[in-house]
Amino acid sequence: MTILIFKIILVLAVFGLTMLIAMYSTWAERKLSAVMQDRVGPNRAGPMGLLQPLADGIKMFTKEELIPEGSNRFLFIIGPGIAMLTALITGAVIPWGGDVSIGGESFALQITDINIGVLYLFGVVSIGVYGIMIGGWASNNKYSLLGALRASSQMISYEIAMGLSMISLIMMTGTLSLREIVAQQDAGFANVLYQPLAFLIFMICAFAETNRAPFDLPECETELIGGYHTEYSSMKLGLFLFAEYINMFISSAIMVSFFWGGYNFPFQHELGLSPNALATVQTVVFFLKVFGFIFLFMWVRWTIPRFRYDQLMNLGWKVLLPLSLLNIFVTGVVMYLTGKLN
Amino acid sequence: MRVDFPPFLSTLINHINPYQLQQNMPISEILFWALSAIAVLCALMVVVVKNPVHSALYLILTFFAIAGHYFLLNAHFLAAVHIIVYAGAIMVLFLYIIMMVNLQEAQVDKKRNLFKLASVVSAGLMMLVLTVAGQRADLTAVTNSATEIGTVESLGTTLFNEFLLPFEISALLFLSAMVGAVLLSKKSLQS
Repeated sequence: MTILIFKIILVLAVFGLTMLIAMYSTWAERKLSAVMQDRVGPNRAGPMGLLQPLADGIKMFTKEELIPEGSNRFLFIIGPGIAMLTALITGAVIPWGGDVSIGGESFALQITDINIGVLYLFGVVSIGVYGIMIGGWASNNKYSLLGALRASSQMISYEIAMGLSMISLIMMTGTLSLREIVAQQDAGFANVLYQPLAFLIFMICAFAETNRAPFDLPECETELIGGYHTEYSSMKLGLFLFAEYINMFISSAIMVSFFWGGYNFPFQHELGLSPNALATVQTVVFFLKVFGFIFLFMWVRWTIPRFRYDQLMNLGWKVLLPLSLLNIFVTGVVMYLTGKLN
Repeated sequence: MRVDFPPFLSTLINHINPYQLQQNMPISEILFWALSAIAVLCALMVVVVKNPVHSALYLILTFFAIAGHYFLLNAHFLAAVHIIVYAGAIMVLFLYIIMMVNLQEAQVDKKRNLFKLASVVSAGLMMLVLTVAGQRADLTAVTNSATEIGTVESLGTTLFNEFLLPFEISALLFLSAMVGAVLLSKKSLQS
């Protein structure tokens, strides 16, 4: 029974933290873009504009809600809901820290350690496109539909390279469980040292899957007036935009777990900390790494211009896909030569 | 969490429930029935609804329900791949095409008599096959002890040891189909 209570608390904590981080990502993004463009950024609500996300939330909730005429009402409402759902359920398999012991019992700081964790992630990523597609189609607007179609073809194209780049990592680790992948990096080095190419491909694909610049073609405002969310207003628009920030946080967490050692940090066992203190420090380290990646996401957005559509497709199919296949081949050969293959 | 079914129903359940779960694992049984109900209802809706986009969405729900069944049978790999391939890739492309050509209810014109005849005959044949298959089928339970048969490890070992040749041949088949699709989609072979 204690395990159930612990898991429920953990689920709520992960949910709350995800929301909080996504909220303050919007604030950080504005501040960062302001710094990069030599502006001040939000500074009215609270000290340094820290209450800006709250003000935005209140504005979103109280704005008038419009449902376009001739649209499919049910699908129009459920679209942003699906986008939020697929953004949030990925957090279930991410290991957030080491084991903590409460009252003599040991609990893992992970909601569930299923033995197909990596496949679960890809399953969620592959259905992530439905929120945008359904929302865009149900809007009954040609710009929304075009945005939705762009999103689906883009996400399908980059999913393939993403999956193939992971295969070389799975070949090396020999497991599909995220907890074990992280544990192996505690014993050895971070996976990025062995698989730098796989990490690079995975990161580029993560940018494309989250629809962030330079891959934000589904919503590119100059051609499509906002793309799939053109017709959306009030909190339904807010949910679409919020899902993007949650996706950014979650994909940063996934990259940290797969390639950058997860919650582990160098010399962690030499510090002589008690298990609970170690788990706390590990969680803090994990979030610091994740914040680093979120910063990278924002840095890239305000630095690199958007791709053209044919450039996007060429990059996905003619560069990333062959490179990841090559990476699988090289990994196999190296594993064979070093005798890791039995 | 036990559910008491009326006597005639529980005889029926004992007969057709392939998992034989009602003695020890009632929660799985509830899941089994819920998933079955969703799968059958959604599959019916695929055929019944007029709007092709709605049909496709119901088909996706059916796939999810069937993936849930795979999970109940401990076939984790199959469940995950079912979601990734069918719900995540094939149905997305399906929806893409339906949205592109923008099929509407009005465009579904009246079927000619020949079509009606053909559908009646094929439905009758299907019924015949299903009845015979249902009578011959062995409906005794799969013992749902903690079988490891569907996990990634056992599946991989089996595929790459016992069935290596068929596995590689089917991989080659897929590759040739892929090359064929790329060739067909090219506008002219010269370019």
